[in-house]
Amino acid sequence: MPYVPVIGLEIHAQLKTATKIFCGCKTDFGAAANTQTCPVCLGLPGALPVLNRHAVDLAIRAGLALECTVHETSIFARKNYFYPDSPKGYQISQYERPLATGGRLQLSSGAVIGITRIHMEEDAGKSLHHGFADSDRHTRIDLNRSGTPLIEIVSEPDVRSAADAADYFSRMRDILVAIGVNDGNMEEGSLRCDANVSLRPNADAPFGTRTEIKNVNSFKYLEQAIEFEMARQAEVLDAGGTIHQETRLFDNATGRTESMRTKEDAHDYRYFPEPDLRPLVVSAAWIETERQAMPELPEARTARFVAAFGLSEYDAKQLVYVIPGGADYLELAVNAGGSAKANTNWILGEVRRKLKDAGREDMSACAVTPGALAELTHLTERDVISSTVAKDVFEKMWATGRGAKAIVEAEGLAQVGDTDALGAAVAEVLAANPDAVTQYRAGKTNAFGFLVGQAMKSMKGKANPKVINELLKAALDRL
Amino acid sequence: MAARETTIALRDSIARGERTATDACNAALATIDALDASGPALHAFQLVLADRARAKAAALDHAFAKDATLAGPLHGVPIALKDNIVVSGTIATAGSKMLEHFVSPYDATVVERLEAAGAVIIGKTTCDEFAMGSSTENSAYGPSKNPVDPSRIPGGSSGGSAVAVAAGMTTVALGSDTGGSIRQPAAMCGITGLKPTYGRVSRYGLIAYGSSLDQIGPFAGNARDAALVLEVIAGHDPHDSTSARRPVPSFAAAFTGSVADMRIGVPSRLLEQGVDPEVLSAFRDAIASLTTQGATIVDIELPHSRHAISAYYLIATAEASANLARFDGVRFGARVSGGSLTEMYDATRGRGFGAEVKRRIMLGTYVLSAGYYDAYYLKAQQVRTLIQRDFTAAFATVDTVLMPTSPVPAFRFGERVDDPLQMYLADVFTVSANLAGIPAISVPCGTTTTGLPIGMQFLGRAWDEATILCAADAWERIAARA
Repeated sequence: MPYVPVIGLEIHAQLKTATKIFCGCKTDFGAAANTQTCPVCLGLPGALPVLNRHAVDLAIRAGLALECTVHETSIFARKNYFYPDSPKGYQISQYERPLATGGRLQLSSGAVIGITRIHMEEDAGKSLHHGFADSDRHTRIDLNRSGTPLIEIVSEPDVRSAADAADYFSRMRDILVAIGVNDGNMEEGSLRCDANVSLRPNADAPFGTRTEIKNVNSFKYLEQAIEFEMARQAEVLDAGGTIHQETRLFDNATGRTESMRTKEDAHDYRYFPEPDLRPLVVSAAWIETERQAMPELPEARTARFVAAFGLSEYDAKQLVYVIPGGADYLELAVNAGGSAKANTNWILGEVRRKLKDAGREDMSACAVTPGALAELTHLTERDVISSTVAKDVFEKMWATGRGAKAIVEAEGLAQVGDTDALGAAVAEVLAANPDAVTQYRAGKTNAFGFLVGQAMKSMKGKANPKVINELLKAALDRL
Repeated sequence: MAARETTIALRDSIARGERTATDACNAALATIDALDASGPALHAFQLVLADRARAKAAALDHAFAKDATLAGPLHGVPIALKDNIVVSGTIATAGSKMLEHFVSPYDATVVERLEAAGAVIIGKTTCDEFAMGSSTENSAYGPSKNPVDPSRIPGGSSGGSAVAVAAGMTTVALGSDTGGSIRQPAAMCGITGLKPTYGRVSRYGLIAYGSSLDQIGPFAGNARDAALVLEVIAGHDPHDSTSARRPVPSFAAAFTGSVADMRIGVPSRLLEQGVDPEVLSAFRDAIASLTTQGATIVDIELPHSRHAISAYYLIATAEASANLARFDGVRFGARVSGGSLTEMYDATRGRGFGAEVKRRIMLGTYVLSAGYYDAYYLKAQQVRTLIQRDFTAAFATVDTVLMPTSPVPAFRFGERVDDPLQMYLADVFTVSANLAGIPAISVPCGTTTTGLPIGMQFLGRAWDEATILCAADAWERIAARA
């Protein structure tokens, strides 16, 4: 029996601050265990939290980008549970009065997903269950991550397919990265997604019982996990069974979700307002400052690239969404005087090919600066070099870091556009290839291509092909 | 007991070169030796920091010899700290087995401020476990004894600090007051104890009990010394978001020495029940003296105060249930191994905490639980708001509110320990100030026929410690003349 899924997503995004949310410890990833800690994030007796203002800046910005209402007053709360990597025995989060509510995010399909709320909270430490000689008997704890600032973004149950869920997650990442709120580094866990999934017989039926899939950190896995969960639930329902509300974990290796805990052993978190922190009051002026500081959102940037630069929507999206740093790179190239179209072609063509060869995706690995690429495209546009030569010049720029002009001058690569020199070459080619001339005159047009090739060859590739074409045509017509 | 030397006199004698900080330190250590370890064995101190104190005193003397102008406002003054205030490199037990070997890697903000002012921390004092109690009988290391009558409790939870000052071991000490834990032992030991306005003194480094109620404050022999210590420890601390960005005035500068023209509110209806006749009698005598000296006594209503004890024990225990969750055996403090993680938690917390602490954790956990939160915790917060409004209304017509500190004088060991509810009711007059966040100072107002001290407290407007310190100082003069 076919079912219609109802999906809601909760995304935890690490805020891109230099220091933790309630103390001055660094948030750098990968430091030696427990070196980025202090009495506050270790939860030592007597230590107290102090809110990092910049974390609030970024949370406000996320709220604005997702078109939420950012509330003047929000309240931190203690979420009580025992776990070894939660040093205080409670997590400081926001509960009844979150920072922002009521936003929206548009999917690639144009569908709009409601954002229920965005709240601020601290991350826990990490339990290390594997990788040590005594891991069969002991769990080690690294509290470097304890107190890392997070926002949790909760969607309405508006998502209707696994693919849309992945698209939502991906769009969310694009936005958060574009506005400088999150570093987008999913492998390091900067962005994690929980999915609530339920099935119902049709779009008008009431919601079915949901299960929650925890902590998925890639778009692909999210889609797989939801697909699996939908199939699993359908199978249970088809067999006449009932879905139990529970939390499930997705296993990347098997592609399956497994039950983690049922509703019966769900925690009573005993939330209550955090007495160590005053209510967070965000003035209208503070919100306005963040609104002003907000970088252009990906959607707006794509539209501008199409309107102002004349790029195709496909190319604009490639730059804005697909190639990390691609849009910034193009803007720099354009600012350096390059044409948007030509530089886009290079970025999407040769540059991307070179990056791929180097095993990279992001423009930060591009050995040619935007200014240098603009200079190269200038030379081709003014017919100083042909596109064939330009590719060789580009290779040399990548390898040596030298500028396009310098390479062209030093190696004498500038193409010859002088009609006298080229006219002589054309005359020579016609004289040397009477058969081809005859064939051309008999109507075999590909003979013309052959003659052009011969002329280019005699000029060692440096001839301007347009001029060669014109001269050859004129000479043949005169014969 | 002989008249106690004041902190200011002690400091000034060192500043005049009549003795050194080392002399004062050694004298304090000798008194502790005579009274605390032997003799009546008062057990005011959980830990005496003799070597550390001597080293600090010697450093102060050295610096003073080079440049006497650098002497701070507490130069050379030995001071005792309740054992729930952390001092870097030393053990802080908070009266609990859970922290028997816990060495703090950092200083409380009050410790930094005291030492910057030249005070010498002489030791850590006995307290009820995690400040939960009214007698020090809940200390896992044995109670302190009341120096007036060592068969009786000194009050609590900051009992050890009160004893240290009352017995003359130090001239000043710090305690913490969540529901009366400074004022009640001050009253029972016959000294002065001040709970500042919530947010006046940083709580950074105070092992938390009820975070929205806890305040650190001084014990002293008189109001002037209490004012001096408060000036040193008060003020905004970037490490405590609940500490206020407000200027700290010179409190003693506002002393007038007189209660003339002062309007004093007395909630007489609250005194109708449950107050020991001798306490009531001493309190009425005090009111008569104040009237004679020109104060205007105004009968006031604090209609919601009868719910204060209930609200207090819901809010304080709710906060405590979360505050004490960090004592789980994982990172610091005691750990009792168990087969599984849950067994380790159970064994560690089961053995590490005493009965009263467990009782309050359970109570607090219960009131925050799903289905009970609205009926208990939320209701208690609403009552708290009403109590705050009662005081706001009262302070519209009076300068200070006066009431007994404790309904009873010091009781005997074991007398109430098996009856938690009776013990809780002893806090009836003190918890309102914590719930309202306002300052209150307990001062001696006579003794029972058997010589047990009786205390009364002046409560003030938020941030107006100046008025109640002034009233306390004036009262001392009145009492001295009587």
